[in-house]
Amino acid sequence: MACALFLLLALASSRFAGADEAGYASWRARGFEIPEPLGGRKGDPARGRAIASDGARGNCLACHRLPLEGLEAQGDLGPPLAGIGARQTVGMLRLHVVDQSRFNPDTVMPGFHRRPERLHRVGKPWRGRPFLTAQQIEDVVAWLATLK
Amino acid sequence: MMRWRFIPLTLLGIALTAGAAGVRSGYEYLLPETRALQDDDFGNPGLAMVDEGRALFQRAGANGKACADCHGTGGERLDVHAIARYPVFDQERKRPITLRERIRLCRSEKQAGPALSYAGRKALALETFVRHLARGQPVAVEIGGPMAAHYEAGRKLFHTRWGQVDIACHQCHDNHAGQHFRGQTLTQGQTNGLPAYRLATGEVAGAHERFRQCMHKLRAEPFAIGSPEFIDLEVYANARGNGLPIETPGVRY
Repeated sequence: MACALFLLLALASSRFAGADEAGYASWRARGFEIPEPLGGRKGDPARGRAIASDGARGNCLACHRLPLEGLEAQGDLGPPLAGIGARQTVGMLRLHVVDQSRFNPDTVMPGFHRRPERLHRVGKPWRGRPFLTAQQIEDVVAWLATLK
Repeated sequence: MMRWRFIPLTLLGIALTAGAAGVRSGYEYLLPETRALQDDDFGNPGLAMVDEGRALFQRAGANGKACADCHGTGGERLDVHAIARYPVFDQERKRPITLRERIRLCRSEKQAGPALSYAGRKALALETFVRHLARGQPVAVEIGGPMAAHYEAGRKLFHTRWGQVDIACHQCHDNHAGQHFRGQTLTQGQTNGLPAYRLATGEVAGAHERFRQCMHKLRAEPFAIGSPEFIDLEVYANARGNGLPIETPGVRY
């Protein structure tokens, strides 16, 4: 009985904390932070750096100046990201990447892990998927946190 | 007390700044060499589409009549002021009619031929040719009366976030014109150069083609070319640039 209850609880909590098959993990902001890693994933800064400068994935480079050797800035819609890890907590960095509209409702920054139910007319190939998976978000956040 | 007096003044400041910025053609954001390409009456790559449209304009339809028979060989009997007013409200059909649709309707009614596809190359070519005739005319879309509801519907679409990227036209083209994205300068998204030759695709795009390309980039399911949604969006987008000179065929990135 206790065992079954434990199993049920474990299932329920993994449903809440883990990512679904499309890579989406539900999240909750506290103030201007998401304190917990998405889906309980551990980020890898090296992978995060690759995602940030990849035009098909994070593409941070399209709008932000990144402190990376040999990469030319492509845009100035967002602030430069050099030193961002010293100015923001990890929880704040996570919310910025996940849903910038929590800071600025009129933001032009894509919602990289916004709640799927708030999206309109998502094209078929992308329907039901977040822009970046929970793992990719954690990778990018881990890299941003190193920018001190 | 001070705080409450301060807020309306701030709002007024924002309103004045927005008004003072004014409407600017995409031409103003182009590199000098791209402007030169648009201005070159031999080199502008969009002119091939104008020529294609002119040939269709002069070609006889199913009943032996060509557009040119009524409107002049080079379209000289068309009213360029009227061209600059599209989309216009059609009293009979109780909806706005775009320039491209007016051409389609005219062809099926006066030439007794099969209707041209809204999304087809022939309709685009004819639209490009006809709008080119009004080059230099200020855009003058009516937004009062029965057009008000369509203008408002278009405004709403312009402000709706779309797709997985979750961005509205408004975020880029109202708030960030002049700033840079992917190595390109964002414009106000004005339509006075449309149909325009796009360097990015190597093709001529009218308003609906351009809307589709943008929505695709947002990873959204685009509306159909000629759909009521895109017609309303065209009403809003064109009216938003009222007063800008028509540049068809513009050259844009």
